[in-house]
Amino acid sequence: MRVFWFLFSTILTIALIIILDMKWGAVPPLGKFLSPQQGFWQNAESVNHDYNQHIIIEGLKGNVNVHFDERLVPHIFAESDEDAFYVQGFIHAKFRLWQMEFQTHAAAGRISEILGNDERFIRYDREQRRLGMGYAAENALEEMEKDPATKISSDAYTAGVNAYIASLTESELPIEYKLLDYKPEAWTNLKIALFIKQMTKDLAGFERDIEFTNAKSVFNVDEMKLLFPEVSDSSLPIIPKGTAFDVPGIVPQKPAGADSLYFKKDTVISAIEINKPLKANGSNSWALNGTLTASGSPILCNDPHLNLSLPSIWYEMQIVTPNMNVYGVTFPGTQSIIIGFNEHIAFGFTNAGRDVKDYYQVKFRDESKREYWFDSSWQASQMRVEAIKVRGSADILDTVAYTVFGPVMYDGIFSSESTVDKALAVRWSAHDASNEPAMWLKLNKAQNYQDYEDAIKLFTTPGQNMLFASKTGDIAVWQQAQFPARWEGQGLFIMPGEDSSYMWQGFIPQIENPNILNPSSGFIQTANQRAVDDTYPYFIPGNYIASRGIAIEKRLQQMRNVTPKDMMALQMDYHSVTAAAAVPLFLKYTNEAALSDTERNFLNEVKRWDFNTTPDSKATTIYQAWMDSLEKLIWHDEFANIPYAKSYPDEQTLLELLLKDSAFKYIDDINTSDTETIDRQITQAFKLAVAGLDNDLDNAVWYKHKNVSIYHLLRQSVLPFARTELVAGGWGNTINAIKSTHGPSWRMVVHLTEPVEAFGVYPGGQSGNPGSRFYDSFVNDWVKGNYYTLWVMNNEDVNDSKIKWTISFSAS
Amino acid sequence: MRFSLSVILIIILAFIAGIYLPWWSIAIIAFLVLLVLPQGIGLSFLAGFISIFLLWAGLALFIDIKNESILSQKIAALFSLGEASFLLILITGLLGGMVAGFAAMSGSTLRLILNR
Repeated sequence: MRVFWFLFSTILTIALIIILDMKWGAVPPLGKFLSPQQGFWQNAESVNHDYNQHIIIEGLKGNVNVHFDERLVPHIFAESDEDAFYVQGFIHAKFRLWQMEFQTHAAAGRISEILGNDERFIRYDREQRRLGMGYAAENALEEMEKDPATKISSDAYTAGVNAYIASLTESELPIEYKLLDYKPEAWTNLKIALFIKQMTKDLAGFERDIEFTNAKSVFNVDEMKLLFPEVSDSSLPIIPKGTAFDVPGIVPQKPAGADSLYFKKDTVISAIEINKPLKANGSNSWALNGTLTASGSPILCNDPHLNLSLPSIWYEMQIVTPNMNVYGVTFPGTQSIIIGFNEHIAFGFTNAGRDVKDYYQVKFRDESKREYWFDSSWQASQMRVEAIKVRGSADILDTVAYTVFGPVMYDGIFSSESTVDKALAVRWSAHDASNEPAMWLKLNKAQNYQDYEDAIKLFTTPGQNMLFASKTGDIAVWQQAQFPARWEGQGLFIMPGEDSSYMWQGFIPQIENPNILNPSSGFIQTANQRAVDDTYPYFIPGNYIASRGIAIEKRLQQMRNVTPKDMMALQMDYHSVTAAAAVPLFLKYTNEAALSDTERNFLNEVKRWDFNTTPDSKATTIYQAWMDSLEKLIWHDEFANIPYAKSYPDEQTLLELLLKDSAFKYIDDINTSDTETIDRQITQAFKLAVAGLDNDLDNAVWYKHKNVSIYHLLRQSVLPFARTELVAGGWGNTINAIKSTHGPSWRMVVHLTEPVEAFGVYPGGQSGNPGSRFYDSFVNDWVKGNYYTLWVMNNEDVNDSKIKWTISFSAS
Repeated sequence: MRFSLSVILIIILAFIAGIYLPWWSIAIIAFLVLLVLPQGIGLSFLAGFISIFLLWAGLALFIDIKNESILSQKIAALFSLGEASFLLILITGLLGGMVAGFAAMSGSTLRLILNR
């Protein structure tokens, strides 16, 4: 009997340990995970956690002190830049390691390696690799390592991250590693490049070449120009209208025969990009010179709009060395301060939105893809075998052919409908060798306009509006990147790739990039609009948004004696210029006699509306549903004839068309024998909108309808790590551009007084740990529009009561 | 007396082992303590179970109070336990207790076999 009980209990113990040490589907290894000494309880950080530490470490040249203020913002004091970047890497890893690794794995197309065998993850990884994300990062790394300054700072940053990883014990692993049951790998300089390329994809990876090509099977070239115009009527460009431009340094030539071969070709393409960058990725920035401010000193403001996530893409920091004293937000994953200010200047960024990604249709000789037809002969493809590791399954091998244009993203084995002679190669400026970190290294130290101009010239992609203001009173902007010089229409559609005639013929000389220094208006605004009016001598297609630029320009024109408080209020502005233009038109054509009592109640909300998209506004919801319904009514009939990927014209375009011509031809529903008029369609759209809200006004409270949510990077799988149902108004076309999961990822106002005063807030917190009180500590203030004073600490402030903790590093 | 002594020993030794060794060191400790201080089958299970239940639930409770339940509420929600931190603490204790209980039983019965 004793033997039985011995065997019974021994086997049961061993079995329990084995079962509880294994991951079962989404369930983490429960023994490990629940153990209070190793598992998630170790990530439950005391609300009074003591961050003080003394760390003796290899690889530092001198001592470094990191002082944390009450918001857990580190102020790094180092004796050399190299040491500062080392500690920046260490601190990023200490607070954001999992995020840094996950984002760079995602960039490289390696999420299946962590998340396992799922069609969606494998498709994502393949798409990333076929787009050449790894290839782009490798090209960038080679260029980065040629430049001594970039090499030294990257090596130091990487060494710092790795020093932290080496110091980690199992119990200290970030909770995501415990949930998913894996361990971090070593950081590398390549990961810095991968991070930058992922940002590049988000910001300069959006185009609609496939959608437009498909649309061309239904619409002719003139109709396409009407539906997808290059220049919006109402847009207020960054470079004021009427500014004279130089004679272009390069005049690209349209290939002979393009009119029949390229513009009239009406084949359709079945390929679909699943993980397309968001069209809404945008931002606001503006700067005022001293003539407009109460103090006489310039003010620079910036709020970059990105996907909102926890942990946030941003991490706030100050870096002080004998060569620089710079404050702002950083990207965990790369060195330097990305958006911020130093003792002399401030700098901010918005997306240029210019199209720098084209597709070419190439013809392979056979299924092997080893040769493709180019300039009258068969050329050898470079074959890159992508080995995708899949957790718990065998590796997936995917062979990508590289042509003279770039990688062949879609071919027979990726998109089933593509065939050997319908493969699509990508030409993307992000593949070209570049060294983006070099710009920030210089910008962080820049003291004046000249330094700024020298810095920004180093930047190749993604195209950005780089806003500048200095204590000496200058304000300036450059729209900077290496932009292809295109002939009219080049790259709107998929181009023939059987010879060199459709290739990019060169780049716009940097000096001709749109720029302005000290405009007479006293201010500069950038908000993702087309940067220039139609007199700019180049064809510059892109993903432009007019509304916020109009709103900002109109407000700034009326402002005098501006204070930072005014600027905060402007960043929080909920006024919709789109609605203000649309609603009078809608009301004019609404046939009220055809409305029910309920519908009339809804209409009264809209009639009373001041066009502010405040959180509790009901009119905002009704208007937005009305506009959405109208877009469907106007476009669905014609666009239904387009197979595969398609894209409706922009909201702004529809509005401008209706304002110009209330009888334009697409108003009619071509599927009915009647001729639908504008009043009929607008009234019908209103009825559909009301029905969509279940005829219940209580459903129309804007913030509830919109449900602003900040998800963890693992999204639905860890919903309790998210913040949902935030009471926030706004929309993509208001200055305070908060959409459901997207919006101002950092709000900053810098007043270039002596000393500089600055304010900022981002929707997250300094700690990436969901078990820390600093995980989401800024979210409520961000929602309310509160700002923190950004404390620029000086050497003599070491005993200041604002310092709550200090981590001191000394070299071993 | 022997029961209390084994409980106290398991708690202390398992805590120390937990600092350096994987989570399943609780089983080794419970096994070894009961090998040295064998008891009846039921009692030995209880000794292992109670020690680690107290250790794990106690540690979890201590951590949770200092953390003001920030994380336990999220993890409880993740495991569909509402936002009930106490359930998570209870499950932590029960799970550790089970493993240690059977390990203790194994140690005790092995000693009795060897003694014979």
